[in-house]
Amino acid sequence: MTEPNYLTADYTLRSWFFTTDHKRIAILYFASLTMFFFIGGAAATAMRIELATPQADLVSDDIYNRLFTMHGIIMVWFFLIPSIPNTLGNFIVPLMIGARDLAFPRLNLMSWYIFMLGGSVTLFAILAGGIDTGWTFYTPFATLYSNSYVMVAAAGVFIAGFSSILTGLNFIVTIHRLRAPGLTWYRLPLFLWSLYATSVILVLATPVLAITLVLIAVERFFGVGFFDPRIGGDPLLFQHLFWFYSHPAVYIMILPGMGVINELVSCFSRKQVFGYKFVAWASLAIAALGFLVWGHHMFVTGQSLLASLVFSFMSFVVAVPSAIKVFNWTATLHKGSLRFDAPMLYALAFIGLFTIGGLTGLFLACLAFDVHATDTYFVVAHFHYIMVGGMVTAYFGGLHYWWPKITGRLYSEYWARAAAILIFLGFNLTFFPQFVLGAEGMPRRYHVYPPEFQVWNVLSSGGATILAAAYLLPLFYLGYSVFFGARAPANPWDAPGLEWQTSSPPPEHNFDVQPVVTRAPYQYSRKFEAKPQNA
Amino acid sequence: MPDSPAVAPQFTSASHRDETAELGMWVFIATEVLLFGGLLLAYFVYRHAYPQGFVTGSRHTEIVIGTANTAILLTSSFLVAWAVEIFSAETRRLTAGLLTGAICLGLAFILLKGIEYHREYDEHLVPGIDFRFTGSLANGVQLFFIFYFIATAIHALHMIIGIGLLAVLALLCRAAPSTRRRAALHSVALYWHFVDIVWIFLFALIYLPGRSAS
Repeated sequence: MTEPNYLTADYTLRSWFFTTDHKRIAILYFASLTMFFFIGGAAATAMRIELATPQADLVSDDIYNRLFTMHGIIMVWFFLIPSIPNTLGNFIVPLMIGARDLAFPRLNLMSWYIFMLGGSVTLFAILAGGIDTGWTFYTPFATLYSNSYVMVAAAGVFIAGFSSILTGLNFIVTIHRLRAPGLTWYRLPLFLWSLYATSVILVLATPVLAITLVLIAVERFFGVGFFDPRIGGDPLLFQHLFWFYSHPAVYIMILPGMGVINELVSCFSRKQVFGYKFVAWASLAIAALGFLVWGHHMFVTGQSLLASLVFSFMSFVVAVPSAIKVFNWTATLHKGSLRFDAPMLYALAFIGLFTIGGLTGLFLACLAFDVHATDTYFVVAHFHYIMVGGMVTAYFGGLHYWWPKITGRLYSEYWARAAAILIFLGFNLTFFPQFVLGAEGMPRRYHVYPPEFQVWNVLSSGGATILAAAYLLPLFYLGYSVFFGARAPANPWDAPGLEWQTSSPPPEHNFDVQPVVTRAPYQYSRKFEAKPQNA
Repeated sequence: MPDSPAVAPQFTSASHRDETAELGMWVFIATEVLLFGGLLLAYFVYRHAYPQGFVTGSRHTEIVIGTANTAILLTSSFLVAWAVEIFSAETRRLTAGLLTGAICLGLAFILLKGIEYHREYDEHLVPGIDFRFTGSLANGVQLFFIFYFIATAIHALHMIIGIGLLAVLALLCRAAPSTRRRAALHSVALYWHFVDIVWIFLFALIYLPGRSAS
């Protein structure tokens, strides 16, 4: 019998719920996030069913408000933001840098408990009757008028924020201090650069959301506050503070996805990532510039034209580092020895969908067009191309890529490819029609609409059916693989990263011998003789 | 002073562990800066919009208590810095004593803050509970006092957490001094100084506007 790995080291519940092993905590997050993903998805499904016809036939307007709010809050704070960092990041970061664990393992466990507490409080708000403010909690509706569980939901998000901060803190310190000997910054796999940039945003943006939610809670509780127009307060100040967090939060949601794509594209092209340093610094550039563009959510609020012009300009600027990445991935593919394994299908889908999402983001950065498209389905389609087409696709890509490492099992390549293709088709059918709807003027957040919009809505709802089924597929074939899949070798993709140089699944202590890094990452070769980063 | 025997496996040495812990505290302080930053932004926006209201509100604050509290907090920070400087196995009693002094000063700060809140309540200056201020400046004054209460309450919460941490460290450092305790003391001291610096900003913004005019 071989030595026990991290999964077989102990079987008690206690060994799971009090573990400080980053790999087990990643699994705890994975299970929780899967649950939240399907809860948020259920709300979206109900909305798409309602929108199949122009009249209201499934839910009332009030219930519809609660559905899209629940969908937004759950998906943003309880799936997208923690998705890649807390599952794949938690698992892979210490392995990639050749460390035994994150810098603060107990803090890591505490962060999961805080996350679950925040999630439970939010779920309670939903079960108790829901929230009707939209995920944005705009004032004065959220503070003075809404008769729903705003306080409870805001408390849930506030609590979950601490989990974000602690995770970001842990990653920053870990990447600074726990790298293996020889692993210089420019030898780090790009996944780590992007997670580092993500963590900087988590640490610097989340507290602003926290204080903003405190201000909301004070105003709701005491009936008077900063955003109260009756005493000369400015509801727009709330929007400034909220988007100062929430726009960088968009980059929290996409940067880790970009990081995963680097790993996938280079592995399945058998080539180094083209322009490593540009891609690395592009992550940090996105993190920095992302803090300076929040006003593009407020072009129609009456903010000064000068401010709008500056925010519009900055929004164009922040697209540059994103474009650098897309061009560099394309250049990596160029003359590569391409393999179309399931993770690569997700990566290619990501590049296409992210490009559409990014380019339509530039439409919205244009003042004149944005005035036309504000609060229409064009915006909904745009950010779903980034969040779902981009981040969720990257999440699935990364999950498949590292699945053999995490579980020690191989999944069915046939079903994995089928799911990847179905997700791509279902996604486009769901969201592309929404661009058309938005351009034609259909506003978001309504459950009834004029009959001329029905064709596009039916297409979108039909696509959502395919998408929902496709998202359920991995649950089955990945679940099957855990119990019946073939045993995975240590390095099934012949990849050079440190995480592939230990057994699958890794032992509890990660590496039998401390790896010493002697090479830059991504030393792939066409003949399946990648040179490991350590000697 | 002994190194604590076991170092968690992700670290190569005790000093590696201690430096890592300190970096963690710096990152946490960066988070805190942005937390108070959001609040200060709201302050500046409304001070810009209601300059007279804010000056008037400020002149209703208890500057004697505010100034005394500033002196108290600065002194406590000095004691903590002193404790960090001299901490060793031989001076553990003095270290614990200095930390206890800092804790007492921290408690005195909270006590004075409570008295201050009480006086403001008596003067009907608590928005949302009992606020009676009429005239053209009422809105600005009310916004000022909303800021005042939220900011000082959050600051006081940080103080209470800091006092708790200092108390734990005073006991630990006295019981079993080690390099690990010194690192922990160092990190908590950073936090305490940060809370102190936040107060210096709050003091200037809350108590001083309009004071020089008369």
